Amino acid sequence: MYKATVIVKRRPKILDPAGKAVEQGAKLLGFNNVKQTRIGKYIEFFIDTNDMTVAEKELKEYSEKLLSNPIMEDFEFTLEEVK
Amino acid sequence: MKPKFGVVVFPGSNCDYDAYYAVRKVLGYEAEFIWHKEKDLKKSNIVILPGGFSYGDYLRTGAIARFSPIMETVFNFANNGGVVMGICNGFQILLELGLLPGIMMQNESLKFVCKDVYLKIENRENIFTKNIKQGLIKIPIKHGEGNYFADDETLKSLEDNNQILFKYSSNDGNVSEEFNPNGSRMNIAGIINKKGNVMGMMPHPENACDPLLNKTDGAMIFKSVVANILN
Repeated sequence: MYKATVIVKRRPKILDPAGKAVEQGAKLLGFNNVKQTRIGKYIEFFIDTNDMTVAEKELKEYSEKLLSNPIMEDFEFTLEEVK
Repeated sequence: MKPKFGVVVFPGSNCDYDAYYAVRKVLGYEAEFIWHKEKDLKKSNIVILPGGFSYGDYLRTGAIARFSPIMETVFNFANNGGVVMGICNGFQILLELGLLPGIMMQNESLKFVCKDVYLKIENRENIFTKNIKQGLIKIPIKHGEGNYFADDETLKSLEDNNQILFKYSSNDGNVSEEFNPNGSRMNIAGIINKKGNVMGMMPHPENACDPLLNKTDGAMIFKSVVANILN
């Protein structure tokens, strides 16, 4: 069994309206040093296999095909074996 | 005294004109819009935080709007006994602001729900429902995040202090899971604070005021508030 975590982020050059809106909240609170707020997604799941290669392959395909859209997003992941 | 409604407008509000139309054009009360960047309530006696998607509802519904400049004034106004009505997104903002307890989660069905619902009036000892004679009112809901959540202790305190105002029910007053449109705990559709001057509700009374729409139960809430603050 493997545990995976995936972080999906908007590509740096793509506008992130959610991040912009949240940063307006930061300004309202007086946090004027806060810059470039961007909002991503954190996803975690288990992959039920003992084969690291299979786990990594499924993780990458899942991330590319469903969890992120490569047109506007990048993803980072961690994968660790758990008992 | 002629009571005046102040309708706060946030970026992303979309029921602000509905609320204004209902209280001013349909019911004939004085009303004025208040832009969220202002700090003055323009002598309003009743503040309406309207429905919509303030700041895109990013992070959590109402989470950013509650820091808008006007909200400090609204907070102090409420703490000094001023009447505040939060409708839908306005309710969500009041929860984030801490004027009312609990939080809204996404509807259990994961669907945006838009339909008329029956509300059972649970408490009449307050300005919002005191003058409503019938036990049930029919008012539309339109929300994706109206699943009211509070822990057991908070729910008990709401019950003990008679703060639950409306519960979703059948057309004959049966409050059960079957008539719960969003998964709210205890079928809660609306609550008040302990002092009874701050009210939040997910259904939209402003959309049930104009006789042209063939539903006018919402008007009873506005009329009740006006009648009771005049006393």
